[in-house]
Amino acid sequence: MNDIWAGLLAGFQLVITLDADLVDITLRSLKVSLSALVIASLIALPLGTWLAIRRFRFRRAAIATLNALMGLPPVVVGLIVYLLLSRSGPFGVLGLLFTPTAMIIAQVIIITPLIASITHQAMRELWAEYHDLLISLNTTNRQRVLTLIWDGRRALLTGALAGFGRAIGEVGAIMIVGGNIDHATRVLTTAIALETGKGDFALALGLGFVLIALAILLNFAIHTLSRTERHDTW
Amino acid sequence: MVAKPPSVALRDLRVKKRGKTILGPLDLDLEATGFTIVLGPNGAGKTTLLKVLHGVERIATGTVSWSMPRSRMDQEQAYVFQRPIMLRRSVRQNLAYPLALLGRPKSEIAIQVEHWAGRVGLGNLLDQHAPRLSGGEKQKLALARALIRAPSVLFLDEPCANLDGRSTREIEAVLQAAHSDGTRIIMTTHDLGQARRLANDVIFLSQGQLHEQGAAADIFTNPGQPKTKAFLQGDIVE
Repeated sequence: MNDIWAGLLAGFQLVITLDADLVDITLRSLKVSLSALVIASLIALPLGTWLAIRRFRFRRAAIATLNALMGLPPVVVGLIVYLLLSRSGPFGVLGLLFTPTAMIIAQVIIITPLIASITHQAMRELWAEYHDLLISLNTTNRQRVLTLIWDGRRALLTGALAGFGRAIGEVGAIMIVGGNIDHATRVLTTAIALETGKGDFALALGLGFVLIALAILLNFAIHTLSRTERHDTW
Repeated sequence: MVAKPPSVALRDLRVKKRGKTILGPLDLDLEATGFTIVLGPNGAGKTTLLKVLHGVERIATGTVSWSMPRSRMDQEQAYVFQRPIMLRRSVRQNLAYPLALLGRPKSEIAIQVEHWAGRVGLGNLLDQHAPRLSGGEKQKLALARALIRAPSVLFLDEPCANLDGRSTREIEAVLQAAHSDGTRIIMTTHDLGQARRLANDVIFLSQGQLHEQGAAADIFTNPGQPKTKAFLQGDIVE
């Protein structure tokens, strides 16, 4: 219990004093996770919507695979990305290993199936509701996808936030591909892992509380900005 | 003003669901003008016929030939469903949607939206969230959204089912105005009073077959088929 109080105190002090390392790590965490979220959303939202409206031969298998990929073990993703980006790997020449870009790539791979799967579920219901109207209006596939994404944006926001939550809380993959290098690839989760390893539980807990506060604040901010609760609609 | 409506001919048409023929074999000619009411008991194939004409129902055999190319026909028709489908947007955005799909300029869309909202009595509800409208308001919005593209042919599938008398009267007034403007209307209904009020000509279907087609005045006063007569008398017809 003492450790928890000490952690709260440490976290409070770090925030109040705007500790330079904390700010650096927090900003990097946000930069990596938000970049991954934007890229993953650009892939997952149209993909999930497309899967909801198109009928093709292996659709069931594609959806089952997508759902299965939601449970991708981050450590395995990290390992594969590591092998691909390492000097002897096919993309070694790009020199991306142990950079924030490598961390973003790993996070995109981890959260894209999650966002796509939630998108597919939400869009399937909306498509059932809109199907006859959009067919009757002779819409193109592109128009259908855009209409569904726009009208289902609140449900998609939930999917995106779930993706962000997974990305910012992820440690296994980014530890492998980022290397937890101070002032280069250290983020909140890898810093927590490091401080725990060193036995500095108070600082680790402090960073943990900052991480939780950050996730909650961002959720609130997005919900407020997108006015999800307006007119009793969600 | 709408473009000159096309005529249509159906030849040896059949629609099957799960191996069972639910419409046809059917031969039917519809003129380019008029207000056609499709009558028949439940399961007669009325909605299926509308969907076939609209081009959204897969046909098993036969042909549907419009007097204009199919690609143009797709732009010249609109459909109002029995249960109005509301986009999860405002009334204004629902009305603007079909015109936005056609790439019309925003200034033109704004004028048309105001015009049609006023015409169906929704002018003071433009910023209301459409799914929260009453049943009658939703159906009026669906009708305005269909008419805003100035279709040559308008299909309506029981548009006044479950509506109160006032909403029904308002919708009928809009339909008669659209018909006067030159829109070809083909509509199903269970309401024989409404059919008498609106129809120029009548198609009577039963069990997927065309039993009778002709001028409304003739069919209502002197139906040629026993089934039609029984239906118009209010008997139970299968």
